Amino acid sequence: MAGVHVSTNVNGDAVEFVCPQNETLLDSLRDRVGLTGVKEGCGTGDCGACSITLDGRLVCSCLVLGAEANGREIGTVEGLAEGARLHPLQQKFIEHAALQCGICTPGFLVAAKALLDRIPDPSEEEIRYALAGNLCRCTGYDKIVRAVQAAAEELR
Amino acid sequence: MRYESPTTSSEAAAYLAEEKGEAFVLAGGTDLLVRMKTGLIEPDLIVDIKRIPVMQTIEVNDDGFRIGAGVSGAELGENEALVQAWPGVVEATNLIGSDQIQGRCTMVGNLCNASPAADSVPAMIAANARAVVVGGSGQRIIPVEDVVTGPGQTTLAKGEVIEAILLPSRPAESGDAYLRFIPRTEMDIAVVSAGVSLTLEQGVIKSARVALGAVAPTVVLVPDAATAIIGTRLEDDALLNLASACSAACNPIDDKRGTIEYRTKVAGVLGRRAAKIAYQRAGGA
Repeated sequence: MAGVHVSTNVNGDAVEFVCPQNETLLDSLRDRVGLTGVKEGCGTGDCGACSITLDGRLVCSCLVLGAEANGREIGTVEGLAEGARLHPLQQKFIEHAALQCGICTPGFLVAAKALLDRIPDPSEEEIRYALAGNLCRCTGYDKIVRAVQAAAEELR
Repeated sequence: MRYESPTTSSEAAAYLAEEKGEAFVLAGGTDLLVRMKTGLIEPDLIVDIKRIPVMQTIEVNDDGFRIGAGVSGAELGENEALVQAWPGVVEATNLIGSDQIQGRCTMVGNLCNASPAADSVPAMIAANARAVVVGGSGQRIIPVEDVVTGPGQTTLAKGEVIEAILLPSRPAESGDAYLRFIPRTEMDIAVVSAGVSLTLEQGVIKSARVALGAVAPTVVLVPDAATAIIGTRLEDDALLNLASACSAACNPIDDKRGTIEYRTKVAGVLGRRAAKIAYQRAGGA
């Protein structure tokens, strides 16, 4: 099978890779670009651990082909912090202990950022609906919701 | 597997027609990639339609709306004119999956996946939506209810692809609504669903279309349910007649999500409730 050459932009940087034509963007990001913050939970779009933004829109990277990323703009959890300075969402997730095992956390951060970019002052209900595509089996979600509320307050 | 991303509909149709093996159209990928991942299908060719400009836009003119096959659910929800004209269609599509899924999923993909429980389909059929089908011999326009023939089965021939959905312009005093029953608040597949679209004349229902999902091998248009409320102001007896007609149209399966009896009963309840919402939206009291 001939590989497909993909020129794309990840977190503001030009990135090129070659991948099999049926490879998911999740696998391309992890195995070819080296961005392992993108996690595979279910691989079927149910858990949200592989959440990224594609041209600014929140998607599951397990449901996108690597080949589709050509010429697009990708955002992953690795793009949240500015150097050593954590994004307020990351800082508040730590302060509120909004994680335990951590597998779901990158997806939650990317989804929460997409929410706050759209709605800077979300209600608890809006937060819970916006994060309904992200599953966490450790925290019970409450701490995550509190962390997002705290980050939203700081960002305003 | 070969991946192609053509820039015109006719090019896409040609790729599909020429492929000797298994060929699939990739719109949002929220069903297709899951089927690949779980080994249900092994495509030889995938034709990505998201680089075809005419499939990426929502256009409005005197005839109504033209929604490209690659337009995501999230984009539908952000189009204020569409939300105002066809709130039921937009709500139905926006019920599909999470925000992540909404960023990718499309009405046409939902239609062509051909699930009896597809959320956008009853709303589209109630709205009298039509599909623009492009193939080697040109273009044909067919009612949405003529696309699906059974679970996973469509009337599209090899080499045909749906380019867009057409929604008619909204007459005055009209409204539509879609409701589904699921045992949780969201992120689930319809156990039963109902779409209703109607137009009033001085508060009396002049025309109506009622469609039900997840109660038969395909989404069903229920003319008897429409007849039950045409000429009425949706009084209690009209609503009861509509519910009876909805239940009578059911031919559901028994499964873990609902029994035959349950689905048959709930189809009537949802048809009634959706009709009330559509009636209010049309300006009826």
